[in-house]
Amino acid sequence: MLDCKQTSQLISQSLDRNLTLRERFGLQLHLFVCKYCKQFSQHLQTLRVALKQMTSAIENNNTIEMPADAKKRIADMVDATSVR
Amino acid sequence: MHDWLNEHGDYLYRFALARLRDPHQAEDVVQETFLAAIKSPSFAEQSAPRTWLTGILKHKIIDVMRKNVRETVVSDLVDESEDYSMDDFFDAKGHWADKPQDWGMPVDALEQKQFLGVLQTCMEKLPAKAAQIFLMRDVHETDNEEICKELNISPTNAWVMLYRARMGLRKCLEINWLSV
Repeated sequence: MLDCKQTSQLISQSLDRNLTLRERFGLQLHLFVCKYCKQFSQHLQTLRVALKQMTSAIENNNTIEMPADAKKRIADMVDATSVR
Repeated sequence: MHDWLNEHGDYLYRFALARLRDPHQAEDVVQETFLAAIKSPSFAEQSAPRTWLTGILKHKIIDVMRKNVRETVVSDLVDESEDYSMDDFFDAKGHWADKPQDWGMPVDALEQKQFLGVLQTCMEKLPAKAAQIFLMRDVHETDNEEICKELNISPTNAWVMLYRARMGLRKCLEINWLSV
């Protein structure tokens, strides 16, 4: 029987690779009896979803603008490059 | 090109910021994107400039992410890669030292906003390299194989790094979210 440490490693890895049949079986068996690891597994899922939400929240936040000096720098660079 | 900068500059900046989480790096990749765009022979023919520019930007962002991770990988990885050394998280028998709690997921918009706020704080606390590989994998959905190839690390090392990042992040969230 896997312990919680091994199980948490497998749960994390299941997000990054396909587990073997044996690993999947061991994982399910442990999850069946351990509510903490089940909780952990849900947390990792939540993390993933929340991170994506956070990314789109920044991306769609119209109040965030590129700093004026950076814009100026890029505009100057564009001029310098297009003159040639 | 100036019109493009005015019209799409802020959007591109936000796009980069959302992924790199570093204002300076975000500025730099936007600058590089415009530089690459203006040098491209086909830029005048683009009918959907935002899509086109975003495409260029994505590549620039991945380049920076690679660089960020690569710079720190060697020093951090070497010493601990043999063992997970997760002594803080588990007892000698492999049981949870602090048992994962029910987070009671945020239901309304305000709670969700608070949750994301806590997540943001925790991301900032994560070691830069761990945060970056984590972003590469979980936000950018970079293929694991590609991460390994880019960083020249074994799959096992990548799993360990991701595991550590997730463990640290989860713990930080648990402590801070449950105390909200």
